[in-house]
Amino acid sequence: MLLSRHRRVLPGFRLTLGFTLFYLSLIVLIPLAATFAKTGALTWPQFRHAVASPTALAAYRLSFGASFFAALVNAFFGLLVAWVLVRYKFWGKRFMDALVDLPFALPTAVAGITLATLYAQNGWIGRWLAPYGINVSYTPLGVFVALTFIGLPFVVRTVQPVLQDFDQEVEEAAASLGANRLKTFFRVILPVIFPALVTGFALAFARALGEYGSVVFISSNIPLKTQIVPVLIMSKLEQFDYAGATALAVVMLGVSFLLLLTINWLQWWNTRHTHRPE
Amino acid sequence: MPSSHVIRHKRPTTEPALVRWILITVAMLFLGLFLVIPLVAVFVQAFAKGIGYYLHTLANPMTLSAIKLTCIAAGVSVPLNCLFGICAAWAITKFDFFGKNILITLIDLPFSVSPVISGFIYVLVFGAQGWFGPWLIDHNIKIIFAVPGIVLATMFVTFPFVARELIPLMQSQGRAEEEAARTLGARGWQTFWRVTLPNIKWGLLYGVVLCNARAIGEFGAVSVVSGHIVGVTDTMPLYIQSLYDSYDQTGAFAVASLLTFLALMTIALKELAERKGATLAEAKRKAS
Repeated sequence: MLLSRHRRVLPGFRLTLGFTLFYLSLIVLIPLAATFAKTGALTWPQFRHAVASPTALAAYRLSFGASFFAALVNAFFGLLVAWVLVRYKFWGKRFMDALVDLPFALPTAVAGITLATLYAQNGWIGRWLAPYGINVSYTPLGVFVALTFIGLPFVVRTVQPVLQDFDQEVEEAAASLGANRLKTFFRVILPVIFPALVTGFALAFARALGEYGSVVFISSNIPLKTQIVPVLIMSKLEQFDYAGATALAVVMLGVSFLLLLTINWLQWWNTRHTHRPE
Repeated sequence: MPSSHVIRHKRPTTEPALVRWILITVAMLFLGLFLVIPLVAVFVQAFAKGIGYYLHTLANPMTLSAIKLTCIAAGVSVPLNCLFGICAAWAITKFDFFGKNILITLIDLPFSVSPVISGFIYVLVFGAQGWFGPWLIDHNIKIIFAVPGIVLATMFVTFPFVARELIPLMQSQGRAEEEAARTLGARGWQTFWRVTLPNIKWGLLYGVVLCNARAIGEFGAVSVVSGHIVGVTDTMPLYIQSLYDSYDQTGAFAVASLLTFLALMTIALKELAERKGATLAEAKRKAS
Protein backbone atom coordinates (compact mmCIF):
# COMPACT_ATOMS: atom_id res chain seq x y z
CA MET A 1 0.00 0.00 0.00
CA LEU A 2 2.63 2.41 -1.09
CA LEU A 3 0.08 4.43 -3.00
CA SER A 4 -1.99 7.18 -1.55
CA ARG A 5 -5.72 6.60 -1.33
CA HIS A 6 -6.93 8.21 -4.54
CA ARG A 7 -8.36 5.84 -7.13
CA ARG A 8 -6.13 4.32 -9.76
CA VAL A 9 -7.59 4.01 -13.23
CA LEU A 10 -5.16 1.41 -14.53
CA PRO A 11 -5.11 -2.11 -13.12
CA GLY A 12 -2.31 -4.45 -12.14
CA PHE A 13 -0.26 -2.33 -9.76
CA ARG A 14 0.01 -4.88 -6.98
CA LEU A 15 0.52 -7.81 -9.34
CA THR A 16 3.27 -6.22 -11.45
CA LEU A 17 5.12 -4.50 -8.61
CA GLY A 18 4.82 -7.65 -6.51
CA PHE A 19 6.31 -9.83 -9.23
CA THR A 20 9.00 -7.23 -9.95
CA LEU A 21 10.15 -7.10 -6.33
CA PHE A 22 9.93 -10.87 -5.91
CA TYR A 23 11.96 -11.63 -9.03
CA LEU A 24 14.48 -8.87 -8.31
CA SER A 25 15.05 -10.19 -4.80
CA LEU A 26 15.35 -13.79 -5.93
CA ILE A 27 17.75 -13.27 -8.82
CA VAL A 28 19.72 -10.20 -7.80
CA LEU A 29 19.38 -8.98 -4.23
CA ILE A 30 19.58 -12.21 -2.21
CA PRO A 31 22.63 -13.61 -4.05
CA LEU A 32 24.39 -10.25 -3.76
CA ALA A 33 23.53 -10.08 -0.06
CA ALA A 34 25.05 -13.56 0.35
CA THR A 35 28.39 -12.23 -0.89
CA PHE A 36 28.42 -9.48 1.70
CA ALA A 37 27.26 -11.86 4.45
CA LYS A 38 30.07 -14.26 3.57
CA THR A 39 32.61 -11.45 3.80
CA GLY A 40 31.29 -10.68 7.28
CA ALA A 41 32.40 -14.15 8.30
CA LEU A 42 36.02 -13.41 7.36
CA THR A 43 38.46 -12.17 10.00
CA TRP A 44 40.18 -8.84 9.34
CA PRO A 45 43.66 -10.38 8.74
CA GLN A 46 42.08 -12.87 6.31
CA PHE A 47 40.35 -10.05 4.43
CA ARG A 48 43.48 -7.89 4.40
CA HIS A 49 45.63 -10.74 3.23
CA ALA A 50 43.27 -11.40 0.32
CA VAL A 51 42.68 -7.84 -0.88
CA ALA A 52 46.14 -6.33 -0.25
CA SER A 53 48.47 -9.16 -1.28
CA PRO A 54 51.11 -8.25 -3.92
CA THR A 55 49.21 -10.39 -6.47
CA ALA A 56 46.00 -8.50 -5.79
CA LEU A 57 47.70 -5.10 -5.94
CA ALA A 58 49.32 -5.97 -9.27
CA ALA A 59 45.94 -7.14 -10.57
CA TYR A 60 44.25 -3.88 -9.51
CA ARG A 61 47.00 -1.91 -11.22
CA LEU A 62 46.61 -3.79 -14.50
CA SER A 63 42.78 -3.83 -14.38
CA PHE A 64 42.40 -0.14 -13.60
CA GLY A 65 45.31 0.96 -15.83
CA ALA A 66 44.32 -1.03 -18.91
CA SER A 67 40.63 -0.14 -18.48
CA PHE A 68 41.49 3.54 -18.13
CA PHE A 69 43.66 3.68 -21.25
CA ALA A 70 41.19 1.57 -23.24
CA ALA A 71 38.36 3.93 -22.24
CA LEU A 72 40.55 6.93 -23.11
CA VAL A 73 41.30 5.59 -26.59
CA ASN A 74 37.60 4.84 -27.01
CA ALA A 75 36.68 8.36 -25.91
CA PHE A 76 38.94 9.87 -28.59
CA PHE A 77 38.09 7.52 -31.45
CA GLY A 78 34.46 7.17 -30.32
CA LEU A 79 34.00 10.92 -30.62
CA LEU A 80 35.66 10.88 -34.04
CA VAL A 81 33.48 7.97 -35.25
CA ALA A 82 30.29 9.59 -33.90
CA TRP A 83 31.24 12.87 -35.58
CA VAL A 84 31.95 11.26 -38.93
CA LEU A 85 28.74 9.16 -38.81
CA VAL A 86 26.52 12.13 -37.92
CA ARG A 87 28.10 14.90 -40.00
CA TYR A 88 29.43 13.38 -43.21
CA LYS A 89 28.07 11.32 -46.06
CA PHE A 90 30.18 8.53 -47.45
CA TRP A 91 29.94 5.10 -49.01
CA GLY A 92 29.27 2.28 -46.54
CA LYS A 93 28.22 4.63 -43.75
CA ARG A 94 25.05 2.76 -42.78
CA PHE A 95 26.90 -0.56 -42.66
CA MET A 96 29.66 0.87 -40.46
CA ASP A 97 27.11 2.55 -38.21
CA ALA A 98 25.36 -0.77 -37.59
CA LEU A 99 28.66 -2.60 -37.17
CA VAL A 100 29.64 -0.36 -34.23
CA ASP A 101 27.35 -2.55 -32.09
CA LEU A 102 29.34 -5.70 -32.90
CA PRO A 103 31.15 -5.77 -29.52
CA PHE A 104 27.73 -5.72 -27.79
CA ALA A 105 26.43 -8.61 -29.87
CA LEU A 106 29.53 -10.76 -30.26
CA PRO A 107 30.14 -13.25 -27.41
CA THR A 108 33.25 -12.28 -25.48
CA ALA A 109 34.83 -15.71 -25.92
CA VAL A 110 34.65 -15.27 -29.71
CA ALA A 111 36.22 -11.82 -29.42
CA GLY A 112 38.90 -13.31 -27.17
CA ILE A 113 40.05 -16.13 -29.44
CA THR A 114 39.84 -13.90 -32.52
CA LEU A 115 41.92 -11.07 -31.07
CA ALA A 116 44.42 -13.52 -29.57
CA THR A 117 44.86 -15.15 -32.99
CA LEU A 118 45.09 -11.85 -34.90
CA TYR A 119 47.66 -10.31 -32.56
CA ALA A 120 49.77 -13.46 -32.04
CA GLN A 121 53.29 -13.24 -33.47
CA ASN A 122 52.24 -15.08 -36.62
CA GLY A 123 48.78 -13.51 -36.76
CA TRP A 124 47.43 -11.14 -39.42
CA ILE A 125 48.18 -8.06 -37.33
CA GLY A 126 50.80 -9.43 -34.95
CA ARG A 127 53.26 -10.31 -37.74
CA TRP A 128 53.52 -6.64 -38.74
CA LEU A 129 54.29 -5.61 -35.16
CA ALA A 130 56.70 -8.42 -34.25
CA PRO A 131 59.67 -7.04 -36.29
CA TYR A 132 59.49 -3.88 -34.16
CA GLY A 133 59.64 -5.96 -30.99
CA ILE A 134 55.99 -5.26 -30.18
CA ASN A 135 54.18 -8.30 -28.83
CA VAL A 136 50.47 -7.89 -28.14
CA SER A 137 49.00 -11.31 -27.41
CA TYR A 138 49.92 -12.66 -23.95
CA THR A 139 51.20 -9.25 -22.75
CA PRO A 140 49.53 -6.35 -20.87
CA LEU A 141 49.15 -4.68 -24.29
CA GLY A 142 46.86 -7.56 -25.28
CA VAL A 143 44.66 -6.84 -22.26
CA PHE A 144 44.43 -3.25 -23.45
CA VAL A 145 43.46 -4.32 -27.01
CA ALA A 146 40.69 -6.64 -25.74
CA LEU A 147 39.29 -3.97 -23.41
CA THR A 148 39.35 -1.40 -26.22
CA PHE A 149 37.33 -3.79 -28.40
CA ILE A 150 34.61 -4.49 -25.83
CA GLY A 151 34.28 -0.81 -24.84
CA LEU A 152 34.16 0.54 -28.40
CA PRO A 153 30.38 1.13 -28.81
CA PHE A 154 29.80 3.06 -25.57
CA VAL A 155 31.21 6.49 -26.46
CA VAL A 156 29.87 6.34 -30.04
CA ARG A 157 26.37 5.50 -28.84
CA THR A 158 26.25 8.16 -26.09
CA VAL A 159 27.73 11.01 -28.19
CA GLN A 160 25.85 10.23 -31.44
CA PRO A 161 22.32 11.28 -30.32
CA VAL A 162 23.58 14.50 -28.71
CA LEU A 163 25.48 15.42 -31.85
CA GLN A 164 22.40 14.59 -33.93
CA ASP A 165 20.20 16.95 -31.89
CA PHE A 166 22.81 19.70 -31.91
CA ASP A 167 21.36 22.92 -33.25
CA GLN A 168 23.57 23.94 -36.16
CA GLU A 169 22.35 27.52 -36.00
CA VAL A 170 24.63 27.95 -33.02
CA GLU A 171 27.56 26.99 -35.24
CA GLU A 172 26.40 29.42 -37.90
CA ALA A 173 26.28 32.13 -35.28
CA ALA A 174 29.81 31.26 -34.15
CA ALA A 175 31.02 31.33 -37.76
CA SER A 176 29.36 34.66 -38.48
CA LEU A 177 31.01 36.08 -35.37
CA GLY A 178 34.36 35.15 -36.90
CA ALA A 179 35.23 31.86 -35.21
CA ASN A 180 37.02 29.31 -37.37
CA ARG A 181 35.96 25.63 -37.40
CA LEU A 182 38.48 24.50 -34.82
CA LYS A 183 37.54 27.29 -32.43
CA THR A 184 33.83 26.59 -32.99
CA PHE A 185 34.41 22.94 -32.19
CA PHE A 186 36.30 23.52 -28.96
CA ARG A 187 34.32 26.51 -27.71
CA VAL A 188 30.79 25.76 -28.95
CA ILE A 189 30.31 22.07 -29.82
CA LEU A 190 32.59 20.31 -27.33
CA PRO A 191 31.02 21.92 -24.22
CA VAL A 192 27.59 20.61 -25.31
CA ILE A 193 28.71 17.04 -25.99
CA PHE A 194 31.17 16.89 -23.09
CA PRO A 195 28.77 15.28 -20.54
CA ALA A 196 27.85 12.60 -23.07
CA LEU A 197 31.53 12.01 -23.77
CA VAL A 198 32.32 11.59 -20.07
CA THR A 199 29.29 9.29 -19.62
CA GLY A 200 30.48 7.12 -22.52
CA PHE A 201 33.98 7.04 -21.04
CA ALA A 202 32.62 5.95 -17.64
CA LEU A 203 30.44 3.24 -19.20
CA ALA A 204 33.38 1.88 -21.22
CA PHE A 205 35.62 2.00 -18.14
CA ALA A 206 33.05 0.20 -15.95
CA ARG A 207 32.53 -2.49 -18.58
CA ALA A 208 36.28 -2.98 -19.06
CA LEU A 209 36.88 -3.31 -15.35
CA GLY A 210 34.65 -6.38 -15.05
CA GLU A 211 35.53 -7.98 -18.37
CA TYR A 212 36.69 -11.58 -18.28
CA GLY A 213 35.85 -13.56 -21.43
CA SER A 214 37.89 -11.72 -24.02
CA VAL A 215 40.89 -11.00 -21.78
CA VAL A 216 41.38 -14.55 -20.55
CA PHE A 217 42.30 -15.66 -24.09
CA ILE A 218 44.57 -12.81 -25.18
CA SER A 219 46.41 -12.49 -21.87
CA SER A 220 48.85 -15.07 -20.53
CA ASN A 221 47.20 -14.57 -17.09
CA ILE A 222 50.48 -14.73 -15.18
CA PRO A 223 50.13 -13.45 -11.59
CA LEU A 224 51.88 -10.11 -10.96
CA LYS A 225 52.32 -9.58 -14.72
CA THR A 226 49.28 -10.10 -16.92
CA GLN A 227 46.53 -11.08 -14.51
CA ILE A 228 43.47 -8.85 -14.18
CA VAL A 229 41.19 -8.90 -11.12
CA PRO A 230 38.37 -11.06 -12.56
CA VAL A 231 40.95 -13.66 -13.67
CA LEU A 232 42.52 -13.55 -10.20
CA ILE A 233 39.08 -14.19 -8.63
CA MET A 234 38.60 -17.08 -11.03
CA SER A 235 41.98 -18.61 -10.15
CA LYS A 236 41.14 -18.35 -6.43
CA LEU A 237 37.87 -20.19 -7.12
CA GLU A 238 39.69 -22.90 -9.02
CA GLN A 239 41.95 -23.39 -5.98
CA PHE A 240 38.84 -23.49 -3.75
CA ASP A 241 40.08 -20.38 -1.89
CA TYR A 242 36.50 -19.11 -1.42
CA ALA A 243 37.45 -16.69 1.37
CA GLY A 244 39.99 -14.94 -0.85
CA ALA A 245 37.60 -14.87 -3.82
CA THR A 246 34.79 -13.44 -1.66
CA ALA A 247 36.99 -10.66 -0.30
CA LEU A 248 38.14 -9.65 -3.79
CA ALA A 249 34.59 -9.88 -5.11
CA VAL A 250 33.37 -7.50 -2.43
CA VAL A 251 36.09 -4.97 -3.28
CA MET A 252 35.13 -5.13 -6.97
CA LEU A 253 31.41 -4.93 -6.15
CA GLY A 254 32.10 -1.80 -4.09
CA VAL A 255 33.94 -0.22 -7.03
CA SER A 256 31.13 -1.22 -9.42
CA PHE A 257 28.43 0.32 -7.22
CA LEU A 258 30.45 3.52 -6.94
CA LEU A 259 30.80 3.61 -10.72
CA LEU A 260 27.08 2.90 -11.16
CA LEU A 261 26.21 5.87 -8.94
CA THR A 262 28.70 8.06 -10.82
CA ILE A 263 27.23 7.00 -14.16
CA ASN A 264 23.67 7.68 -12.95
CA TRP A 265 24.76 11.13 -11.86
CA LEU A 266 26.56 11.71 -15.18
CA GLN A 267 23.47 10.69 -17.12
CA TRP A 268 21.36 13.09 -15.09
CA TRP A 269 23.94 15.82 -15.77
CA ASN A 270 23.88 14.88 -19.44
CA THR A 271 20.09 15.19 -19.86
CA ARG A 272 19.99 18.40 -17.85
CA HIS A 273 22.86 19.80 -19.88
CA THR A 274 21.43 19.01 -23.30
CA HIS A 275 17.82 19.95 -22.52
CA ARG A 276 18.65 23.19 -20.79
CA PRO A 277 15.76 25.63 -20.89
CA GLU A 278 16.50 28.60 -23.10
CA MET B 1 17.42 22.00 -45.69
CA PRO B 2 17.83 20.64 -49.27
CA SER B 3 18.63 24.08 -50.67
CA SER B 4 21.63 24.44 -48.39
CA HIS B 5 23.24 21.39 -50.00
CA VAL B 6 23.53 23.23 -53.30
CA ILE B 7 26.02 25.71 -51.92
CA ARG B 8 27.72 23.15 -49.73
CA HIS B 9 31.24 24.38 -50.47
CA LYS B 10 30.42 27.73 -48.92
CA ARG B 11 28.63 26.47 -45.80
CA PRO B 12 30.28 27.84 -42.69
CA THR B 13 29.24 24.80 -40.62
CA THR B 14 31.31 22.09 -42.22
CA GLU B 15 34.97 21.38 -42.74
CA PRO B 16 37.09 21.68 -45.91
CA ALA B 17 36.90 18.56 -48.11
CA LEU B 18 40.45 17.51 -47.25
CA VAL B 19 39.76 17.61 -43.50
CA ARG B 20 36.53 15.67 -43.98
CA TRP B 21 38.33 13.07 -46.03
CA ILE B 22 41.08 12.66 -43.41
CA LEU B 23 38.59 12.36 -40.53
CA ILE B 24 36.50 9.77 -42.39
CA THR B 25 39.62 7.77 -43.28
CA VAL B 26 40.98 7.74 -39.72
CA ALA B 27 37.58 6.78 -38.25
CA MET B 28 37.09 3.99 -40.78
CA LEU B 29 40.63 2.68 -40.26
CA PHE B 30 39.91 2.46 -36.53
CA LEU B 31 36.63 0.59 -37.12
CA GLY B 32 38.27 -1.55 -39.77
CA LEU B 33 41.09 -2.56 -37.44
CA PHE B 34 38.86 -3.33 -34.46
CA LEU B 35 35.64 -4.59 -36.09
CA VAL B 36 35.99 -5.59 -39.75
CA ILE B 37 39.29 -7.50 -39.55
CA PRO B 38 38.19 -9.61 -36.51
CA LEU B 39 34.86 -10.30 -38.21
CA VAL B 40 36.54 -11.54 -41.39
CA ALA B 41 39.14 -13.47 -39.37
CA VAL B 42 36.48 -15.56 -37.59
CA PHE B 43 35.14 -16.96 -40.85
CA VAL B 44 38.54 -17.38 -42.51
CA GLN B 45 39.85 -19.31 -39.49
CA ALA B 46 36.68 -21.41 -39.29
CA PHE B 47 37.19 -22.67 -42.85
CA ALA B 48 41.00 -22.96 -42.55
CA LYS B 49 40.86 -26.76 -42.85
CA GLY B 50 38.14 -26.79 -45.45
CA ILE B 51 34.40 -27.20 -45.40
CA GLY B 52 34.65 -30.89 -44.52
CA TYR B 53 36.35 -30.23 -41.21
CA TYR B 54 33.93 -27.38 -40.54
CA LEU B 55 30.89 -29.62 -40.95
CA HIS B 56 32.61 -32.43 -39.07
CA THR B 57 33.11 -30.11 -36.05
CA LEU B 58 29.55 -28.86 -36.11
CA ALA B 59 28.06 -32.34 -36.40
CA ASN B 60 30.12 -33.60 -33.45
CA PRO B 61 27.88 -34.81 -30.56
CA MET B 62 29.83 -32.54 -28.17
CA THR B 63 29.01 -29.52 -30.33
CA LEU B 64 25.36 -30.51 -30.55
CA SER B 65 25.19 -30.96 -26.80
CA ALA B 66 26.71 -27.48 -26.31
CA ILE B 67 24.19 -25.98 -28.74
CA LYS B 68 21.37 -27.72 -26.88
CA LEU B 69 22.53 -26.44 -23.49
CA THR B 70 22.88 -22.89 -24.83
CA CYS B 71 19.34 -23.10 -26.21
CA ILE B 72 18.05 -24.27 -22.80
CA ALA B 73 19.81 -21.41 -20.97
CA ALA B 74 18.51 -18.80 -23.41
CA GLY B 75 15.10 -20.48 -23.69
CA VAL B 76 14.48 -20.18 -19.96
CA SER B 77 16.14 -16.85 -19.19
CA VAL B 78 14.87 -14.78 -22.12
CA PRO B 79 11.09 -15.41 -21.61
CA LEU B 80 11.39 -14.94 -17.82
CA ASN B 81 13.36 -11.70 -18.16
CA CYS B 82 10.92 -10.56 -20.82
CA LEU B 83 7.97 -11.14 -18.48
CA PHE B 84 9.88 -9.39 -15.71
CA GLY B 85 10.73 -6.46 -17.99
CA ILE B 86 7.10 -5.93 -18.97
CA CYS B 87 5.90 -6.17 -15.34
CA ALA B 88 8.59 -3.82 -14.05
CA ALA B 89 7.99 -1.29 -16.82
CA TRP B 90 4.22 -1.39 -16.24
CA ALA B 91 4.55 -0.88 -12.48
CA ILE B 92 7.17 1.85 -12.84
CA THR B 93 5.66 3.86 -15.67
CA LYS B 94 1.92 3.56 -15.01
CA PHE B 95 1.93 4.24 -11.26
CA ASP B 96 3.57 6.57 -8.77
CA PHE B 97 5.14 5.12 -5.67
CA PHE B 98 7.86 5.79 -3.18
CA GLY B 99 11.34 4.52 -4.03
CA LYS B 100 10.84 4.30 -7.78
CA ASN B 101 14.29 5.65 -8.66
CA ILE B 102 15.96 3.24 -6.26
CA LEU B 103 14.07 0.38 -7.94
CA ILE B 104 15.26 1.51 -11.39
CA THR B 105 18.85 1.64 -10.15
CA LEU B 106 18.55 -1.84 -8.60
CA ILE B 107 17.23 -3.25 -11.87
CA ASP B 108 20.35 -1.92 -13.63
CA LEU B 109 22.62 -3.46 -11.02
CA PRO B 110 23.54 -6.70 -12.87
CA PHE B 111 25.05 -4.63 -15.71
CA SER B 112 27.69 -3.19 -13.43
CA VAL B 113 28.69 -6.49 -11.84
CA SER B 114 31.63 -8.35 -13.36
CA PRO B 115 30.49 -11.60 -15.05
CA VAL B 116 32.84 -13.66 -12.89
CA ILE B 117 31.24 -12.21 -9.75
CA SER B 118 27.76 -12.77 -11.23
CA GLY B 119 28.48 -16.48 -11.35
CA PHE B 120 30.32 -16.53 -8.05
CA ILE B 121 27.38 -15.11 -6.04
CA TYR B 122 25.35 -18.20 -6.98
CA VAL B 123 28.19 -20.44 -5.85
CA LEU B 124 27.97 -18.66 -2.48
CA VAL B 125 24.24 -19.35 -2.27
CA PHE B 126 23.93 -22.82 -3.77
CA GLY B 127 27.50 -24.20 -3.71
CA ALA B 128 28.71 -26.93 -1.35
CA GLN B 129 29.87 -24.30 1.18
CA GLY B 130 27.03 -21.88 0.38
CA TRP B 131 23.88 -20.92 2.28
CA PHE B 132 21.70 -23.72 0.92
CA GLY B 133 24.61 -26.03 0.06
CA PRO B 134 24.19 -28.60 2.87
CA TRP B 135 20.40 -28.76 2.39
CA LEU B 136 20.78 -29.26 -1.37
CA ILE B 137 23.35 -32.03 -0.84
CA ASP B 138 21.02 -33.77 1.63
CA HIS B 139 18.23 -33.69 -0.91
CA ASN B 140 20.53 -34.66 -3.76
CA ILE B 141 19.79 -31.53 -5.81
CA LYS B 142 22.62 -30.24 -7.95
CA ILE B 143 22.53 -26.56 -8.95
CA ILE B 144 26.18 -25.52 -9.13
CA PHE B 145 28.26 -27.40 -11.73
CA ALA B 146 24.97 -28.40 -13.33
CA VAL B 147 22.37 -27.00 -15.73
CA PRO B 148 20.25 -25.04 -13.16
CA GLY B 149 23.30 -22.99 -12.14
CA ILE B 150 24.02 -22.14 -15.77
CA VAL B 151 20.42 -21.02 -16.25
CA LEU B 152 20.50 -18.90 -13.07
CA ALA B 153 23.78 -17.21 -14.00
CA THR B 154 22.40 -16.47 -17.47
CA MET B 155 19.24 -15.01 -15.93
CA PHE B 156 21.34 -12.71 -13.74
CA VAL B 157 23.51 -11.26 -16.52
CA THR B 158 20.57 -10.73 -18.88
CA PHE B 159 18.26 -9.47 -16.14
CA PRO B 160 18.02 -5.73 -17.06
CA PHE B 161 17.87 -5.86 -20.88
CA VAL B 162 14.10 -5.82 -21.53
CA ALA B 163 13.21 -3.65 -18.51
CA ARG B 164 15.75 -0.94 -19.30
CA GLU B 165 14.52 -0.76 -22.89
CA LEU B 166 10.82 -0.58 -21.99
CA ILE B 167 10.96 1.81 -19.02
CA PRO B 168 12.09 4.95 -20.91
CA LEU B 169 9.90 4.05 -23.90
CA MET B 170 6.72 3.64 -21.82
CA GLN B 171 7.64 6.70 -19.77
CA SER B 172 7.72 8.81 -22.92
CA GLN B 173 4.34 7.42 -24.05
CA GLY B 174 2.57 8.36 -20.82
CA ARG B 175 -0.64 6.86 -19.47
CA ALA B 176 -3.32 8.77 -21.39
CA GLU B 177 -4.03 6.09 -24.01
CA GLU B 178 -4.45 3.29 -21.47
CA GLU B 179 -6.61 5.51 -19.26
CA ALA B 180 -8.80 6.38 -22.24
CA ALA B 181 -9.19 2.68 -23.08
CA ARG B 182 -10.26 1.94 -19.50
CA THR B 183 -12.70 4.81 -19.48
CA LEU B 184 -14.22 3.42 -22.67
CA GLY B 185 -14.76 0.13 -20.88
CA ALA B 186 -11.78 -2.00 -21.90
CA ARG B 187 -10.69 -4.65 -19.42
CA GLY B 188 -7.19 -4.67 -17.99
CA TRP B 189 -5.82 -7.37 -20.30
CA GLN B 190 -7.60 -5.88 -23.28
CA THR B 191 -5.94 -2.54 -22.53
CA PHE B 192 -2.55 -4.19 -22.44
CA TRP B 193 -2.96 -6.32 -25.60
CA ARG B 194 -4.76 -3.74 -27.73
CA VAL B 195 -3.22 -0.44 -26.56
CA THR B 196 0.08 -0.92 -24.78
CA LEU B 197 1.58 -3.84 -26.69
CA PRO B 198 1.22 -2.33 -30.19
CA ASN B 199 2.94 0.80 -28.87
CA ILE B 200 5.88 -1.01 -27.33
CA LYS B 201 6.33 -3.95 -29.69
CA TRP B 202 9.47 -2.64 -31.43
CA GLY B 203 11.06 -1.60 -28.17
CA LEU B 204 10.21 -5.02 -26.77
CA LEU B 205 11.76 -6.75 -29.77
CA TYR B 206 14.89 -4.63 -29.37
CA GLY B 207 15.20 -5.61 -25.70
CA VAL B 208 14.52 -9.30 -26.37
CA VAL B 209 17.07 -9.44 -29.20
CA LEU B 210 19.82 -7.94 -27.03
CA CYS B 211 18.81 -10.13 -24.08
CA ASN B 212 18.97 -13.21 -26.28
CA ALA B 213 22.38 -12.26 -27.71
CA ARG B 214 23.84 -11.90 -24.24
CA ALA B 215 22.16 -15.09 -23.00
CA ILE B 216 23.69 -17.09 -25.84
CA GLY B 217 27.11 -15.52 -25.58
CA GLU B 218 27.63 -15.27 -21.82
CA PHE B 219 30.98 -16.68 -20.85
CA GLY B 220 32.38 -15.46 -17.51
CA ALA B 221 29.35 -16.03 -15.28
CA VAL B 222 28.54 -19.40 -16.83
CA SER B 223 32.19 -20.42 -16.66
CA VAL B 224 32.17 -20.10 -12.84
CA VAL B 225 29.05 -22.22 -12.26
CA SER B 226 29.53 -24.78 -15.03
CA GLY B 227 32.48 -26.87 -13.92
CA HIS B 228 33.40 -27.39 -17.60
CA ILE B 229 32.27 -30.94 -18.16
CA VAL B 230 32.49 -31.32 -21.95
CA GLY B 231 29.27 -32.71 -23.37
CA VAL B 232 27.38 -32.11 -20.10
CA THR B 233 27.80 -28.56 -18.79
CA ASP B 234 29.59 -26.87 -21.68
CA THR B 235 27.56 -24.14 -23.38
CA MET B 236 28.69 -22.97 -26.83
CA PRO B 237 31.09 -20.26 -25.53
CA LEU B 238 32.54 -22.69 -22.97
CA TYR B 239 32.94 -25.36 -25.63
CA ILE B 240 34.84 -22.84 -27.76
CA GLN B 241 37.26 -22.49 -24.85
CA SER B 242 37.56 -26.28 -24.47
CA LEU B 243 38.40 -26.65 -28.17
CA TYR B 244 40.78 -23.69 -28.17
CA ASP B 245 42.63 -24.92 -25.08
CA SER B 246 43.02 -28.38 -26.59
CA TYR B 247 44.71 -26.78 -29.63
CA ASP B 248 41.80 -27.38 -32.00
CA GLN B 249 41.85 -23.78 -33.17
CA THR B 250 39.92 -24.44 -36.37
CA GLY B 251 37.21 -26.29 -34.44
CA ALA B 252 36.96 -23.42 -31.94
CA PHE B 253 36.51 -20.94 -34.79
CA ALA B 254 33.94 -23.19 -36.47
CA VAL B 255 31.71 -23.01 -33.38
CA ALA B 256 32.60 -19.31 -33.01
CA SER B 257 31.43 -18.68 -36.58
CA LEU B 258 27.93 -19.84 -35.61
CA LEU B 259 27.86 -17.35 -32.74
CA THR B 260 29.27 -14.62 -34.98
CA PHE B 261 26.54 -15.27 -37.51
CA LEU B 262 23.97 -14.93 -34.70
CA ALA B 263 25.64 -11.68 -33.62
CA LEU B 264 25.24 -10.30 -37.15
CA MET B 265 21.57 -11.36 -37.15
CA THR B 266 21.19 -9.60 -33.80
CA ILE B 267 22.58 -6.38 -35.23
CA ALA B 268 20.29 -6.61 -38.26
CA LEU B 269 17.18 -7.21 -36.11
CA LYS B 270 18.24 -4.43 -33.76
CA GLU B 271 18.52 -2.01 -36.70
CA LEU B 272 15.06 -3.08 -37.90
CA ALA B 273 13.50 -2.61 -34.44
CA GLU B 274 15.19 0.77 -34.08
CA ARG B 275 14.00 2.01 -37.45
CA LYS B 276 10.42 0.72 -37.06
CA GLY B 277 10.26 2.08 -33.52
CA ALA B 278 11.36 5.53 -34.71
CA THR B 279 8.78 5.47 -37.53
CA LEU B 280 6.03 4.49 -35.07
CA ALA B 281 7.01 7.27 -32.66
CA GLU B 282 7.09 9.79 -35.51
CA ALA B 283 3.65 8.71 -36.75
CA LYS B 284 2.20 9.05 -33.25
CA ARG B 285 3.80 12.47 -32.82
CA LYS B 286 2.21 13.69 -36.06
CA ALA B 287 -1.19 12.20 -35.20
CA SER B 288 -1.40 13.91 -31.83
